[in-house]
Amino acid sequence: MQKILLRRETAIFAVAVVLIVYFSLRNHNFYSYANIVTMVQYIAPIAVIGAGEVLVLVLAEIDLAAGQTFLISSWIAYLLWQDGLPVGVAIGLSLCCCLAIGAINGLITVLLNVPSFVTTLGVYFALLGLVLVYSGDNQADMPGVTGNFGQAFGISNWSEIGWAMAIVGVIWFVLKRTRFGLHVTATGGNILAAAESGIPTKRVKVWCFMILAVSAGFIGIIDSIRIGSLDPAAPGTAEMFLAVSAAVIGGTALTGGRGTVLGTIIGAVVLGVLEDGFILIGVSENAFILAEGVVILVAMAVNVQLNRMILRREK
Amino acid sequence: MTATDGDMASKGPSVGSARPGYVEDTARTEADVIFRAEGITKHFGAVVALSGVDLHLDRGEVLGLVGDNGAGKSTLVKILCGFLRPDRGRIFVEGKEVTFHTVQDARAQGIETVYQDLALVPQLTVYENLFLNREITGGGRMGVLSRRRMRGLAKEYLDNINVHIPNIDAEVELLSGGQRQAIAVARATRQDAKILLLDEPLAAMGAKESALIMDLVKDLSSRGVSMIVIDHNYAHLFALCDRLNVIQQGKVTLDRPVAETTIQELTDLMVSAFRKQLETGHLAAED
Repeated sequence: MQKILLRRETAIFAVAVVLIVYFSLRNHNFYSYANIVTMVQYIAPIAVIGAGEVLVLVLAEIDLAAGQTFLISSWIAYLLWQDGLPVGVAIGLSLCCCLAIGAINGLITVLLNVPSFVTTLGVYFALLGLVLVYSGDNQADMPGVTGNFGQAFGISNWSEIGWAMAIVGVIWFVLKRTRFGLHVTATGGNILAAAESGIPTKRVKVWCFMILAVSAGFIGIIDSIRIGSLDPAAPGTAEMFLAVSAAVIGGTALTGGRGTVLGTIIGAVVLGVLEDGFILIGVSENAFILAEGVVILVAMAVNVQLNRMILRREK
Repeated sequence: MTATDGDMASKGPSVGSARPGYVEDTARTEADVIFRAEGITKHFGAVVALSGVDLHLDRGEVLGLVGDNGAGKSTLVKILCGFLRPDRGRIFVEGKEVTFHTVQDARAQGIETVYQDLALVPQLTVYENLFLNREITGGGRMGVLSRRRMRGLAKEYLDNINVHIPNIDAEVELLSGGQRQAIAVARATRQDAKILLLDEPLAAMGAKESALIMDLVKDLSSRGVSMIVIDHNYAHLFALCDRLNVIQQGKVTLDRPVAETTIQELTDLMVSAFRKQLETGHLAAED
């Protein structure tokens, strides 16, 4: 029992349960099919980008461009499709571009020794500019994908969350169960020790940026197929900050060496429930943003204390 | 583990004669030398860390490196274990010239290292650290960890060498300095190394733990593992080593069997060098 209480994800899990109970008591529509679909569609991209950010945060790095990668992937797919490529090929090529974006983030960071905060800030603006230039600042309709392919890639109500769960599951598995994941933790926990043990720390970092970028890009394409249109002014920045928030309130440290994908999923659920619940009970979006800030601060404070308790306990 | 003596003896003379520069001891042939460095030079920007270090390590020998802080001992060890690349110089393992691009290359030659900073990851468990970058996986391309096997083997090995860590699943962050040091040493010795490089293996240890590591080192030595040990404590070095090399300002300035020197002589040598530096104003100019 104590073991469960002292898990890093416990605090945020308790917050999630309290919020869900509260909003379901305040508004009986909370459990309606339509509302749950709305909620999971909001949560899905946050969970995916958040899980990817966990990999990077465990390395004591950060990717501020992930939200923009999330947006630009659909634009790349759209423009290639406009040029006459089949939708599947356009999506495939777009994902390759996302891998390249991740590689650029990683390579600039490790080869030129630029802090990833700065590298990805630069890439963030560059991607933002690219979208504005190539879209002509106009909205566009996402290619109409139909049939089973379309259902699987975004049209079905559950497609986006299904993909999200699959991607997040893979990232969890990689971080917790594989050699690569252990090397990620080692690199973030003590980079010199990792290097002295012969772990190729630079390569590990670049791979993590690439995994994050391609995950963000993929869920971005699914998201725009679901919505059906593309908006150059879509809030990629907010998506990135929500993802980092989900990771952080879930129990991932910015200092590296520790991260929890499970906590990030719960963090994403909390943010989704908050946004949705506030709309349901008729509180304005602005109050939601305020509440989000408070939740992040409280969760962080609790996490730090919890971390201390865990360490003392293990001793 | 080590090559057979016969194998080495047959190789020895021809290799030895091919290296005329090596004439320190006429009775010694290349076959006795397991590890040799020649003219190792390393600069960090304008700072000269090593300027032409020559040293050799005989099979089964324990060689102590003595020198002031900043003399270049740790840099030398980091070059010998493949972590740093020398600017100039050659390294030979069992008479064969080798080039280490990575730590892995050196490990492949049977060279294991205990770093001065211990190279442990605080957020990982005891057994994860013991197997760091040598994880046991279930095979296959995914590299899925076999945690149960690693845990079992780690426990078994630590018991074998009398290192008692209460909880092998504890994060290293929670362990005492001595326990960490023991894990770092255990990691390097677990691999049946031919050559062991120990950079201050006793630095953070209490008397009891020091004795444990000393016994471990002696035991390995008696089993034929060759070692290079850095330690600031002359008493440790005289207890452990067969031969001592003094490194001063990036060079080996004294090479002598332990039996032929004394703590006093070493102290005098270090102090006189220090005085000379003071007189010539080198020390002040250095920083």
